[in-house]
Amino acid sequence: MIMNQTILKAHHLTKRFGNITAVNELNFEIGSNTIVALLGGNGAGKTTTMAMLLGLVIPSSGTVTIFGEDFESNRYKLLSRMNFSSPYLDLPHRLSVEENLHIYAMLYTVKNPKRRVAEVVYNLGLGEYLKTPVGKLSAGQKTRVALAKALINSPSLLLLDEPTASLDPETADWVRKYLENWRKENGSTILLASHNMNEVERMADKVIMLKNGKIVTIDSPVGLIKRYGRSNLEEVFLDIAKHKTLIKNI
Amino acid sequence: MYKLRKSETINIPIFTQDLMGALIRISALVLRQLYLLKRSWPRIIELMYWPTIQMIMWGLVTTFLADKSGWIAQAGGVLIAGVLLWDVVFRGQIGLSLAFLEEMWSRNLGHLFSSPMRSWELIISLMLISLLKTSIGIAGAVIFAAILYEFNILELGFPLIAFFFCLICMGWAIGLMIAGLLMRYGLGAENLAWLVIFAFAPLSCIYYPMSILPDWLEPIASLVPASHIFEGMRAILVDGVFHSSLLWRALILNLVYLLVGIIIFLWMFRSARIRGLIHQMGE
Repeated sequence: MIMNQTILKAHHLTKRFGNITAVNELNFEIGSNTIVALLGGNGAGKTTTMAMLLGLVIPSSGTVTIFGEDFESNRYKLLSRMNFSSPYLDLPHRLSVEENLHIYAMLYTVKNPKRRVAEVVYNLGLGEYLKTPVGKLSAGQKTRVALAKALINSPSLLLLDEPTASLDPETADWVRKYLENWRKENGSTILLASHNMNEVERMADKVIMLKNGKIVTIDSPVGLIKRYGRSNLEEVFLDIAKHKTLIKNI
Repeated sequence: MYKLRKSETINIPIFTQDLMGALIRISALVLRQLYLLKRSWPRIIELMYWPTIQMIMWGLVTTFLADKSGWIAQAGGVLIAGVLLWDVVFRGQIGLSLAFLEEMWSRNLGHLFSSPMRSWELIISLMLISLLKTSIGIAGAVIFAAILYEFNILELGFPLIAFFFCLICMGWAIGLMIAGLLMRYGLGAENLAWLVIFAFAPLSCIYYPMSILPDWLEPIASLVPASHIFEGMRAILVDGVFHSSLLWRALILNLVYLLVGIIIFLWMFRSARIRGLIHQMGE
């Protein structure tokens, strides 16, 4: 795998809400053409980190560099090469799939929006729902539409917050396969936040394990399992949650 | 070989690209509202419903008072014109605030603000949407006023365009302040969209001259742009005179109002980003 270029760099990234430190001095780098997972329990700081990387939240301190440029001062330029999907956000329910995608194609100033909408609709098998209002779709169909929106500008950096949350196993598997193939074909970088250990173990090249807003460890899923002497990532996660120490030092 | 200077090679094309991009994004946001209107004819009816009902009511009041009041008899359309023009302020504000609320209700703000859309592009699109909705709403009432009461507000001529512009600007300014407060305080502040504008109604002197206000209230009313517009409207309808000084006062006040509205909107947006509120908003 080619990982020769730093796409995203977080430097002492910190977010405090009053007395609570949600994200504490995060330092990490993400290379090109990789899938990196932010892993952690509830309140670990995954969503806040994602929101800071998207400009939705202003960090209390620290910096984010994306594609070699400071994010805050080049926010709009950089956002045109990124995209995002989250189960906590919706697309306008009363608008059809086609209308929603067309609007987002325009917002990302995609060249020839009609053709691009047709492409993503075809790739994600949304053809039969094109004229259906998004609010009338099932959870699985909505996830595919959200994914279509996230891929509308062929982003170089894709941020996904729990991409398979509330999906049945078959649909979740389909989404994972699709994302893996899409990454391979486009050479893009994916940062995903997830609770799903199997998903992370299967998809991620690198895992950033968060706890109480701090990075506990960064390694590949295989590396983590080996270092903690466990048989899968879920056991590693539980070890970290229970404050167990590493078998070997990082 | 002639070499292009840096400004020629980079700045101009980038500026043009940026401008084109901005226009496309503004069009996208307006298109989103047009799709909504297209899908729901009751929304279009609703836009015209209240202005028309209000106009019919005040038209009947005018008919009743015409025999009893020399002032009303002299300028038959003064109450109807008042109600139509006040609706420009109200529709301008509510059109802008509701377009913003639509994004909150549909939990779409996080998607919008994580796209390359600039805040000022959102502001312009909200103004355009409001202009469109206000025009649809008022058009119905204007037509009914002409049919039912033989009152043609278009006879005000050029000043009408200036009045309309001034009044809708005041609506936008208040709408932007409310949208800012909604971003900062969430849907708990939703009712502000329906209430705030009515605090300006008594001070706008829609149906009566500013001179009837108590002495202490007059200076406060003179700080409301609409009060000068309604004074100007009465001057045309009652005395047949157009006072440009009243229009200028309204224009200058509107500039201040708009500036304050935009500053509050941007300030609240920043505050919401600092507090991590944007991606949590929705029903």
